[in-house]
Amino acid sequence: MTALLPRRGLAQILALIVILAVDRVVSPQFFDLRLQDGRLFGSLIDVLNRGTPVALLSLGMVLVIATRGIDLSVGAVMAICGAIAASLADGHGLPVVLAATLGAGLVCGLWNGFLVAVLGMQPIVATLILMVAGRGIAQLITEGRIVTFSSPDLVWLGNGSVLGLPVPIVIALGMLILTGAVVRGSALGLLIEATGGNARASELAGVGTRAMILAVYVWCGVCAALAGVIAAADIMGADANNAGLWLELDAILAVVIGGTSLFGGRFSLVLAVLGALIIQTMNTGILLSGYPPEFNLLVKAVVVLAVLLLQSPKFSGLAGIAARLRRTKA
Amino acid sequence: MENNSDPASPLLEVRGLSKSFGAVRALQEVDFTLRAGEIHALLGENGAGKSTLIKVVTGVFPRDAGIVRLGGEEVAPRSAKAALQAGIATVYQEVNLLPNLSVAQNLFLDRQPMRFGIVREGEMRRRAKALLADFGLDIDVTAPLGNYSVAIQHVTAIARAVDLSARVLILDEPTASLDRHEVEILFGIMRELAKRGIGIVFVSHFLDQVYEISDRITVLRNGRLVGERETASLPRLELIRMMLGRELAETTSVRASATEHGAREICASFKGYGKAGYIAPFNLELRHGEVVGLAGLLGSGRTETARLVFGAERADGGEARVEGATVRLQSPRDGVRHGFGYCPEERKTDGIVAELSVRENIVLALQAKRGLHRPLSRREQDEIARRYVKMLDIRPSDPERPVGLLSGGNQQKVLLARWLATSPRLLVLDEPTRGIDVGAHAEIIRLIRELCDDGLSLLVISSELDEIVTYSDRVVVLRDRAHVEELAGEAIDVGNILAAIAADDAAMQEAGA
Repeated sequence: MTALLPRRGLAQILALIVILAVDRVVSPQFFDLRLQDGRLFGSLIDVLNRGTPVALLSLGMVLVIATRGIDLSVGAVMAICGAIAASLADGHGLPVVLAATLGAGLVCGLWNGFLVAVLGMQPIVATLILMVAGRGIAQLITEGRIVTFSSPDLVWLGNGSVLGLPVPIVIALGMLILTGAVVRGSALGLLIEATGGNARASELAGVGTRAMILAVYVWCGVCAALAGVIAAADIMGADANNAGLWLELDAILAVVIGGTSLFGGRFSLVLAVLGALIIQTMNTGILLSGYPPEFNLLVKAVVVLAVLLLQSPKFSGLAGIAARLRRTKA
Repeated sequence: MENNSDPASPLLEVRGLSKSFGAVRALQEVDFTLRAGEIHALLGENGAGKSTLIKVVTGVFPRDAGIVRLGGEEVAPRSAKAALQAGIATVYQEVNLLPNLSVAQNLFLDRQPMRFGIVREGEMRRRAKALLADFGLDIDVTAPLGNYSVAIQHVTAIARAVDLSARVLILDEPTASLDRHEVEILFGIMRELAKRGIGIVFVSHFLDQVYEISDRITVLRNGRLVGERETASLPRLELIRMMLGRELAETTSVRASATEHGAREICASFKGYGKAGYIAPFNLELRHGEVVGLAGLLGSGRTETARLVFGAERADGGEARVEGATVRLQSPRDGVRHGFGYCPEERKTDGIVAELSVRENIVLALQAKRGLHRPLSRREQDEIARRYVKMLDIRPSDPERPVGLLSGGNQQKVLLARWLATSPRLLVLDEPTRGIDVGAHAEIIRLIRELCDDGLSLLVISSELDEIVTYSDRVVVLRDRAHVEELAGEAIDVGNILAAIAADDAAMQEAGA
């Protein structure tokens, strides 16, 4: 059992199971799946599909947070890239659209990375700049309008399916595998964890800590770009005001639920994505239950608290002391 | 004086104070006596126990054993605030006031004059002005404290402490960031306060200042009391010996195999290497299979030399050569690329990555050297970790344990392993035995000898002179951020090192006499 389920992920997996069970109670059809026109439908698929933007963001965010940084600009980067995609979609092919948007995400990431790694700005302030400016840039691109498009290629990216699964899910899964392969297949993972754990010591051990920090912000930008394209493709348009709004906070939340400390160091890509799924499972469950969406925020807070308590060594320490007291009394 | 204490009677008495952090005994049965109206210097090298003594007396750390009496009555403050209320105030090197608040607010923080629940700003300003006038300071007390120089911040902190009815004032390295003129002002204030009957503890590593201001000196070494003397009757050489050396005349005999050098190949050499305001240009040759010791007092430029040699700090002049070829050492990465390794003095902040495992900490430098695209497989990592855990006898022997949970000695071994795994040609060790229990201490010294016999070149900094004498083939002596003497072969003994460290001071004393 312990070999299959690492102890680190136990709290998250338990939380997901509990929330799924609750969802099953409020909505009896929750686990129903049906195949229609070669595509799977059902609440579970919805959860995965709706969860892709935050899951993609959390893939980049978890690496940034592992270096003891944070990226507040990902929501704004989504808006910029969604705007670019929508503006180009009807005149250009999908490769051009993707190259332009991912390139824009990369430039955004480079900017953040430059401010943090080279100029030494505090990450929260450095990325706040693009968080604010980015939405303005997105509005300039769309000229303040909601830009719609009908390019079938781009629409397929948001609504099509591959082997029965919606394309966004496939993209997110692909990105998880790609990020995992790059980070854990090379020495990047270790060097990022060392940089986040103790940057001074890592620098003295010969680790190129600046390059590490620059790289994670760039990757975070690319992930946000992809999330922005998918969000735009989903609604067949770009809304510079609302695309990706507040999603940076969900992404940070997903990473924290996934057990990565905001103080940097150890991180887990899989658990961060699991964190994103936990958030989306809650959102969907509350929508299905018929409760007003306002409850969503409260319930989210309670679940986050529960997961964090389960992870906290102090809390388990307290639980351990309580158990010992009970035993000595007996 | 308000209190009728006799100026010669003890104001603050510390008896048999002990404190351990884990296996490290930071203080062992230390006695300390401060008389009313005296300025008492507390001296010792890094890790001697000065800060621990201060922090235990002021209740920052709980004590393991011993008593503290203030004016004859036993006190046991549980916090710095309680100590302050009892009459013991501390001003640290980094002034712990709030730079964004005004001078007046800082002076009356927590005790602002109030009326109807509202702070009486005018009254506070007036009283702040009067208080500082007492210290010969006439400044705008409404300006933020951070606008003023460190000297004025220090005086403000002292004024606040004294106004809080302090009878004992502890100044921890107060002059470290002051210029000569500011030091004069501070000393004037200290003399004035002493005249009023306040007992002042002065912690400093500037011996000139200690001789200028203090009436009495207490020296600590490795957590033990070495002795208490009157400043006027303590020659400098004697003081330095108290701080650095045990009475170890016989240690020279341990160093039996005094090797002929020159026969050995030069591993790295530095010519006119230095950095303005950091360390004066120096020449240094490091040979294969040779240990070069760096000796000197705290702040003499030992660590600065080490950082420059490794590349952690950039030189602004001079030439570095590795195996004969000129190289540029601009960053630790450059140092690592040329086969250098550096175990810094501050293991926790500059050495280990506490959260990562022993295995990950050991492979870190090697992995950084190989680059991203050539990752060590998990099998290779396990093998490297296992080899060094066994070779250096790292305990506990579980390579997956977070390194932060290991003892200081074992953390030091992990850092050694990190560099040994890179097969270095030169290892720079800054205080490799500091804060390590006795058993591990001996092991690390044995390791240094073994590594050297394997052809490694070592540059070792230590405050333990008898230790340096034991393993060094040559000893470079530093003073005031410059290399002043190099001893080799027969000339290496504690007496000669001490003489070199004190040479300048002795000359000055004679000139002054």
